[in-house]
Amino acid sequence: MPAEATAINMAARASLWLKPHRIVLILIALALVLCAAFFMRWDWLPQYWEMGLLGIWRALWILVVTCALGFTLAVPLGLAQAGGPFWFAVPAKVFCTIIRGTPLLLQLWLLYYGLGSLFPQYPWIRESWMWTYLRQAWPYAVVALTLSFAGYEGEVMRGAFAGVPKGQLEAARAFGMSRFKIFRRIWLPQAFYRALPTLTGETVLQLKSTPLVATISVIDIFAVSSKVRQDTYLTYEPLLLLALIYMTITGILVLIFSRIEARIPVKIG
Amino acid sequence: MPPGWGGTLLVGLLHSIEIAIGATCLGLLIGTGGAFGKLYGGPVTRDLLAVYTTVVRAVPELVLILLLYYAGTDLINQLLSAMGYQRIDISGLAAGIFVLGVVQGAYSTEVIRGAILSIPQGQIEAARAYGMPPLLMLRRITVPAMLPFAIPGLANLWLIATKDTALLAVVGFFELTLATRQAAGVTKAYLLFFVAAGALYLALTLFSNLIIGRVEARSRRGMPSVKEAR
Repeated sequence: MPAEATAINMAARASLWLKPHRIVLILIALALVLCAAFFMRWDWLPQYWEMGLLGIWRALWILVVTCALGFTLAVPLGLAQAGGPFWFAVPAKVFCTIIRGTPLLLQLWLLYYGLGSLFPQYPWIRESWMWTYLRQAWPYAVVALTLSFAGYEGEVMRGAFAGVPKGQLEAARAFGMSRFKIFRRIWLPQAFYRALPTLTGETVLQLKSTPLVATISVIDIFAVSSKVRQDTYLTYEPLLLLALIYMTITGILVLIFSRIEARIPVKIG
Repeated sequence: MPPGWGGTLLVGLLHSIEIAIGATCLGLLIGTGGAFGKLYGGPVTRDLLAVYTTVVRAVPELVLILLLYYAGTDLINQLLSAMGYQRIDISGLAAGIFVLGVVQGAYSTEVIRGAILSIPQGQIEAARAYGMPPLLMLRRITVPAMLPFAIPGLANLWLIATKDTALLAVVGFFELTLATRQAAGVTKAYLLFFVAAGALYLALTLFSNLIIGRVEARSRRGMPSVKEAR
């Protein structure tokens, strides 16, 4: 498409979106933001912004790592439930039910306070190389969030694996593909395409779960805002900024995923 | 009521269930209003509701709970003192129900909106043609016809509500998770109490699933089953 046509198209869409009442609403919103900027206290920002950036970095790092690990775990969980023999399917089902049936905060505290209080009792653990990690909070946060993501996404992958038409797998078998090759070339890609739209929602949900790690003393962006609130006795300013930061990250995530979805042919089956 | 910490846990569970029920009811009210506003409201109502649902779904519940908790209690106390009354302490139960209800309202708005859109338009047009007033139409046509589409989503929201009550532990409300933490902290039997609380939450979820299955089957009676359609 020529650039001019695109520009005209975009202008048309913009004028369709920018109706008079929207302009008024946007102006009101701008006025509110300006009021917040002028009448609220923001003098603590220069002192804390480095800590805040580090907090955002930690939250993103936890998000990416737990989503990647969780998805890797979710594939066998879904596969076991969709097509596995019952001694695989039943434990996978039980795992998903337990994870989805209990609050993440409880799982996190169970791992950190519960398991964390067991480890120091055994001298061989305290003397081993693992102890440097088991003493810190972040491994528990990563494990809890990973298991949670795996539980929810495992259920999605079960549906996705079960939803791949039988004919596709039969055709692959008729071609003489080995079982692993069928999985790698036919079953997994098609299931992944099916699960992709829900993956956006799950990732946003996971982002919204990351502030829970602040309750076990991991310093993410939520913990930074709590520290600001304690130090300055301000109630709203840090929380509002925090909400804005999370909304921005959510927006960026949704944008990235919609780009990925646009690249992959979703019409299948 | 069993003695000792078991009783404490059960009281916590009771508080959790109370909040979850209250929040779901409030969420349903907001959701029904929101869905009708989004579908039939004027352009300004629609845009404001879109902002509400987008913001609530993009910000972590924990942050929203803190914001709404402080903002809500502040607002009520300022209103009271402006009208010449004394400041009051908002009960944790009311605050918890309000906060979770507002969060639930955003999600149920979307669920109910989708369910109303799934009703064949002819049914609503027919009701209008009969000259039904809007409330009668809501009661006789829209709600019964949308329920089969809305119940799976709403049931999911109920399950989320029971688990979101745990977040109120962070603002210091005494519910199951905080009760567990106190019991575990005093007795030092962390693993035991956290596993017990997990079992209680799981039992609540499984029991809810049982009821939901029945309700869903009943609301779908007379409709072609999903399995046959595939």
